[in-house]
Amino acid sequence: MPMPYYVSPEQLMKDKADYARKGIARGKSVIALEYADGIAFVAENPSATLHKISEIYDRIAFAGVGKFNEFEQLRIGGIRLVDMKGYSYSREDVTAKGLANAYAQTLGNIFTSELKPYECEILVASVGEATDRNELFHILYDGSVTDRTGWVVMGGQSDALNTFFENNYPKGYPTSVPTLAEAIKLGHKAMTSVESREIAPNALEVAVLDRNRSRRKFRRLNEKDLPKLG
Amino acid sequence: MFYGGRWTIFWRMGLDDQGFGDVIGRPLYGPGSSFSDFLSGHSPEILPRMDSKGPAPIPEGTTVLALRYAEGVIIAGDRRATEGFQIAHRSIEKVFAADDMSAVAIAGAAGPAIEMVRLFQTELEHYEKVEGDRLTLEGKANKLSQMIRANLPMAVQGMVVVPLFAGYDEAREMGRLFKYDVTGGRYEEDDYHATGSGGKDARSSLKKRWKADLTREAAVKVAIEALFDAADEDVGTGGPDLVRGIFPTVAAISAAGMQEIHEDEVRTLFEELIADRSIELRRPESHPVDLRRPGDER
Repeated sequence: MPMPYYVSPEQLMKDKADYARKGIARGKSVIALEYADGIAFVAENPSATLHKISEIYDRIAFAGVGKFNEFEQLRIGGIRLVDMKGYSYSREDVTAKGLANAYAQTLGNIFTSELKPYECEILVASVGEATDRNELFHILYDGSVTDRTGWVVMGGQSDALNTFFENNYPKGYPTSVPTLAEAIKLGHKAMTSVESREIAPNALEVAVLDRNRSRRKFRRLNEKDLPKLG
Repeated sequence: MFYGGRWTIFWRMGLDDQGFGDVIGRPLYGPGSSFSDFLSGHSPEILPRMDSKGPAPIPEGTTVLALRYAEGVIIAGDRRATEGFQIAHRSIEKVFAADDMSAVAIAGAAGPAIEMVRLFQTELEHYEKVEGDRLTLEGKANKLSQMIRANLPMAVQGMVVVPLFAGYDEAREMGRLFKYDVTGGRYEEDDYHATGSGGKDARSSLKKRWKADLTREAAVKVAIEALFDAADEDVGTGGPDLVRGIFPTVAAISAAGMQEIHEDEVRTLFEELIADRSIELRRPESHPVDLRRPGDER
């Protein structure tokens, strides 16, 4: 009987992480920015139907980068989870934290127990009554969660994008946050400057969680809703 | 684990937090984008229960109606729930937005009906989120039909749920309305319909007043008159409660979405209607009481 080669756990995890990171970096990025009335999402997406950004529940949105089928499965699982929770308890009992936790556990278990880790990163965002009540949970391929403020970038050249926002996102959160038009322009500018190429407005997928909307805060913005992008 | 002559590996994905955690890791084949199909596989215990030991006194909703007008459809209902000959609730809500473009009005056993509406609302929103697109009006009407059919065992026990479903069909650019029977049979009405204990009286009123291509204002007036007539004839149907200020619910659904008619407008229309009817009907001499004893006449 052939014996499998010994691989140290450190090496195994490192290999899996490298594999997942490479897959994620190959895709295009998604940017989430807190603005005066909520949270804006900007992604480069040539497809008008295969969304990277979508609605999960009244105040909660989802964004995913990496392998489409993997984050799509997570998205649908998340919708089932929150709809079931909201139906059996009440709509107010559905929280971004609970959902982020379920995602983290799922991704963590897949990372450790499956042969192939998921090559995706996701963002669970929830708009609050005020800017400092917004929640942004960034969940990595291995299930690690970080709670962020101001902006989140995922996928593609995320390090370069993070540096861009460190230099260009208004200082003084939460009192000074950009307007919606400023946030979208900033997101677009970040992508064009990091990628060093033009990105046409019709190649952008833009959506918002707008706290001024009635029950369902999520809305997609069409090309005609976008500010003039330079 | 050595089991049944085969090596099998058991593992469970996800966090088992309140029994919800295994949802995300579940494979996607199976229930598709239907929320109720998903629940019946995953947690059937939270679906409305379909077994019943026999009829029990339960609150019943009474009269609801819907009618088409030029831009869409009006849907309305009174606010009374009864338990036998008692009033169970004076301000129950019977008209519910199913989504932005359609509404359900319920008559019959209030408990199962409201639960059915809640599941229906979740079902429509769930589909919209998963698929990224709304169901067609036809699709929504058929889904409601399946849910009524699932309630048939309870209907046999006396807990009948027969809603009206009305909405704006974005493809055909017109308002449409559907009535149902207890078996889930779905029938589209061209002009108007009313159901519930005062349904027949409301229908008689609608029959005389409804015309094709009514304006919104005229259609609301027709709906209010029909509800008033139903309350006038049927003890189970609540009229305008002028003492407490409770008025029937009226909503209009058009291309712009569903809009509830403001209570002030409904109140004004009722007051006008009552004033008109009083002129026609209230005559001091029309109900003379003869207090003379027999033999006094002469």
